[in-house]
Amino acid sequence: MAQTRAAAIANATGGQTPIRLAAHFDDADQQRAAATLGMWVFLTTETLFFGALFFAYTIARSAYPDAFAAASRHTSVILGTTNTAILLTSSLFMALAVRAAAMRAHRLAAAMLMVTAVLGLSFAGIKLTEYALEYREHLVPVVDFAFAPDLFRGAELFFWIYFTSTGLHLVHLLIGIALVSLFAWRAYRAEVVNLATKVEVVGLYWHFVDVVWIFLYPLLYLVARA
Amino acid sequence: MSTTLPLPDDASNGAAPRATSQSSYLDAGMTVRSWLTTHDHKRIAILYTLSITAFFFIGGVVATMMRIELATPDGDLVSAETYNKLFTMHGVVMVWFFLIPSIPATLGNFLVPLMIGARDLAFPRLNLASWYLYVAGGAFTIAALVLGGVDTGWTFYAPFSTLYSNTHVIYVLAGVFVVGFSSILTGLNFIVTIHKMRAPGLTWFRLPLFVWANYATAAILVLATPVLAMTLVLLAVERIAGIGIFDPALGGDPLLFQHLFWFYSHPAVYIMVLPAMGVVSEIVACFARNPIFGYRTMAYAIIAIAVVGFLVWGHHMFVSGQSTYAGVVFSMLSFLVAIPSAVKVFNWTATLWHGRITYAAPMLYALGFIGLFTVGGMTGLFLASLALDVQLTDTYFVVAHFHYIMVGGSVSAYLGGIHFWWPKITGRLYSDRWARFAAILLFVGFNFTFFPQYLLGIAGMPRRYHQYPPEFQTLNVLSSAGAVILALGYLLPLLYLGWSLFRGPRANANPWHATGLEWQTPSPPPQHNFASIPEVTEPPYAYRPDRLGREVVQAREGTR
Amino acid sequence: MSLLGLPAQASSFAPKVDALFYAVTAVTCAVAIAIFLTLIVFGIRYRSGSPTRRAEDVPAAQARARKRFELAWTLIPLLLFLSAFGWAGRLYVERDEPPADAMVVFVVAKQWMWKAQHASGQREIDELHVPVGQPIRLVMTSQDVIHSFFVPAFRLKQDVLPGRYTEMWFTPTKAGRFHLFCAEYCGTDHSHMGGDVVVADRAEFQRWLTAHGGAPDMAARGEALFREYGCSGCHGANAAVHAPNLAGIYGKPVPLADGTTTVADDRYIRDSILLPQREVVAGYAPIMPSFAGRIGDEEIFDLIAYVRSLADTRDRPR
Repeated sequence: MAQTRAAAIANATGGQTPIRLAAHFDDADQQRAAATLGMWVFLTTETLFFGALFFAYTIARSAYPDAFAAASRHTSVILGTTNTAILLTSSLFMALAVRAAAMRAHRLAAAMLMVTAVLGLSFAGIKLTEYALEYREHLVPVVDFAFAPDLFRGAELFFWIYFTSTGLHLVHLLIGIALVSLFAWRAYRAEVVNLATKVEVVGLYWHFVDVVWIFLYPLLYLVARA
Repeated sequence: MSTTLPLPDDASNGAAPRATSQSSYLDAGMTVRSWLTTHDHKRIAILYTLSITAFFFIGGVVATMMRIELATPDGDLVSAETYNKLFTMHGVVMVWFFLIPSIPATLGNFLVPLMIGARDLAFPRLNLASWYLYVAGGAFTIAALVLGGVDTGWTFYAPFSTLYSNTHVIYVLAGVFVVGFSSILTGLNFIVTIHKMRAPGLTWFRLPLFVWANYATAAILVLATPVLAMTLVLLAVERIAGIGIFDPALGGDPLLFQHLFWFYSHPAVYIMVLPAMGVVSEIVACFARNPIFGYRTMAYAIIAIAVVGFLVWGHHMFVSGQSTYAGVVFSMLSFLVAIPSAVKVFNWTATLWHGRITYAAPMLYALGFIGLFTVGGMTGLFLASLALDVQLTDTYFVVAHFHYIMVGGSVSAYLGGIHFWWPKITGRLYSDRWARFAAILLFVGFNFTFFPQYLLGIAGMPRRYHQYPPEFQTLNVLSSAGAVILALGYLLPLLYLGWSLFRGPRANANPWHATGLEWQTPSPPPQHNFASIPEVTEPPYAYRPDRLGREVVQAREGTR
Repeated sequence: MSLLGLPAQASSFAPKVDALFYAVTAVTCAVAIAIFLTLIVFGIRYRSGSPTRRAEDVPAAQARARKRFELAWTLIPLLLFLSAFGWAGRLYVERDEPPADAMVVFVVAKQWMWKAQHASGQREIDELHVPVGQPIRLVMTSQDVIHSFFVPAFRLKQDVLPGRYTEMWFTPTKAGRFHLFCAEYCGTDHSHMGGDVVVADRAEFQRWLTAHGGAPDMAARGEALFREYGCSGCHGANAAVHAPNLAGIYGKPVPLADGTTTVADDRYIRDSILLPQREVVAGYAPIMPSFAGRIGDEEIFDLIAYVRSLADTRDRPR
């Protein structure tokens, strides 16, 4: 049977590849392939979930173009751009972590995962700061939303979509941070059973969260900023 | 067929004792806890079967009340409000808590790993989680029922559902939202399993059509359900927070809701029918002792239905105020999606050609499916025809159409599958005479209940009507009378199948002498499915040359 | 009643729909019967124990005929389907083409009644009187949820939406009373929301108009509302404010501030009253206030009738 890449590396370095094989899988390759395909399928469902929200955005924006432009100008573009840079950088470190885990470089993987988590937390912190600012400016729908009367409906709809989509994104990010931190801890403690697979799967998830943000950023922050 | 296990060697059903060298999955843990914490796909399938049966009877009781009310033109049994709640709960329960999970989560869960020579699904714990999500979603829906019901219709059209209904809409939205994730996890599990865990030699075009059908269904589950989830969130937000997404009074667009809703709900009907088609293929091949006519065509047709099924949702909206051009496009696509369905009916019929047909209960259900699905499908053509749909939409013609497909079709196939694989799942045989009687009762009762509804629709009776003009009464009485027979047809299997669990003769591994890997392991299967994973070297449905079948049948005919 | 229980044919559209219906019924029945007969014949002939050839006895050449069968039973249905699609589609498109001389009736649906307004001022609830042979164009909206105006005898149905106008046109061809149903579930009394369309010959319709007349017609009511809501303050001949002159605009193109052009139809007038910022006329400032929440749907219909009447005569006495 063909050797897996990890097994080849392990043999070359004289060690064993620590894999715990679930009873229903034939071999480690199958288990890993199933895990990654499973994550891809899950991400497809997430794409459609967010996709429906993006569709609602599209319809709402075509109905209220001026209100959307005006409302978008009230988002903090500096904080949003900073956040975009932070999240993209975190994806870089995530990719490095995946590579490190595949190479059985556990301490390096732990470090890369840690940086990813820290960057993720920074993103979350900045996002919550933005929310606080928006609350103070009376831009939270239902709570005490205030806007120019002739653009009120459209602006309220914009901000509802803004809070829902970034909120959903934030929830997904926090779950990602939790998982990344957990694996960082485990990798640091060399409790590395199936680590390569787990990190690869979380990596896919993290990159997806990043991609969703890449779409959200221009749609929410850059509507009327030429 | 497997090269590692011997073929069953006797023709007398049930005389062989159950394999005692291995205990079955039913023996592995006898406590309730062992069932509620199981990772075994077979046990999870049984958990699902019990829950969906319970919901089926809830939905059925509600339908019974509706049919009693409709026997008279006046709204004299229940108030209008109550009636509106009845048809809403009937739709919600039957669609999301019975039909959508039915074949995939019960027969699919049990059989897909067995049919592909795997020891379980790819993610057993996710499988269990999906059942718990189903139960949680069900709990929300029962809560809504207990708290007084919901009156929006299962289609939740806005702005009625967001701003005008005074019932516990949010509970039902939550219930459907949660059970949607159950669907998504099931679909995800099937896709990964079928891609990655097939036995050696089992290429895609050696897969049984039941597996193809569940695969295509899983793809629809995974792609369509998230859109429903988001739509329900949008509904809830508008209802709770008054944000104007769908209600024009708040600046929203009611047609946006309909597009989002039907984008899921049309593919949803293919979730309900594709697995049924898979079951029918398995049964017809076995009882005609013939390979399925045009196997590859059948597989491609399944995929075609799934793909094109995503492109036709606008045919629910021909009179909604949607643009005429959109209507024309959706009508054309709706006709196109009917082609692979028609081809499947022709291929099943052709499978009988030069076969050697016997008529056990599963075959009666399968033939019933073919007949009733044909009628339902034909009436779909009326609805795809734009000018005819203008007259017939929102009338009882549509009600009859979808009941022919979902009940006459899917439920018949579901029952046929239960009867076909019952020996495998339980290790017991049931009384074929009672089973055939129930199948015939169901077919007769079904036609009496729903054929008059086509005529009601043609005569102009709208749907969701609590009371109606007296000239529609005769057909309504006929329909209600048929419902009594139909109900009997549903109750009977509970009795003789239940009886068989305690007193039925034991089944051997392959009482039907069917092909397929699931029949190569004992009945009921051991916990890990196979003693050793088989290797597949033949195409599916290797009923020709049917050496074994011929010998078996010749023995029965006394010509051996 | 016609074959299969179709209701009476009471509109010019109905016979065309019925012809298509019978054709589709005939073809689908024929195919279904053919399938059922085949199933029965095969089911008996190839029954286990019957003396006949089985698959293993069949020469391979017959198996090759399989491909030809499959092609045939794919292409023939496709052709039939395309024909049905084309026929039905052509008929459907006619719904969008009301004749120019159609008599307009305005309909407002609300939970749970139908309110109709004739241009000449008569109002009806749950009934609609129309003359035989005269094309009628219904302009409809809802005050609350989605309803649907369904007259089985006309073979026509159209959803009625809040916040929008939808239209349905027909030419009644037969005198009588015909069911009017609400066909989109709309709440508690959905099944009670209906009545009759009363088609009368011309003379009788005139008598009905006269008997129920006496009220000012819609354009006159609209003129009163035009003054009452202050519209004439900006749009009147002696207004100090720079606002578009409404004389003769109905049905004509209107250039908008964003460079596009729209037509001054019922929808445009309604949106101008309720959402004035959305389509500002080229060369004018967006200073018109919104009357959303202050003017009801029926009053908007009256105003539309008034603006429409300005096209007919410029010197309508004020």
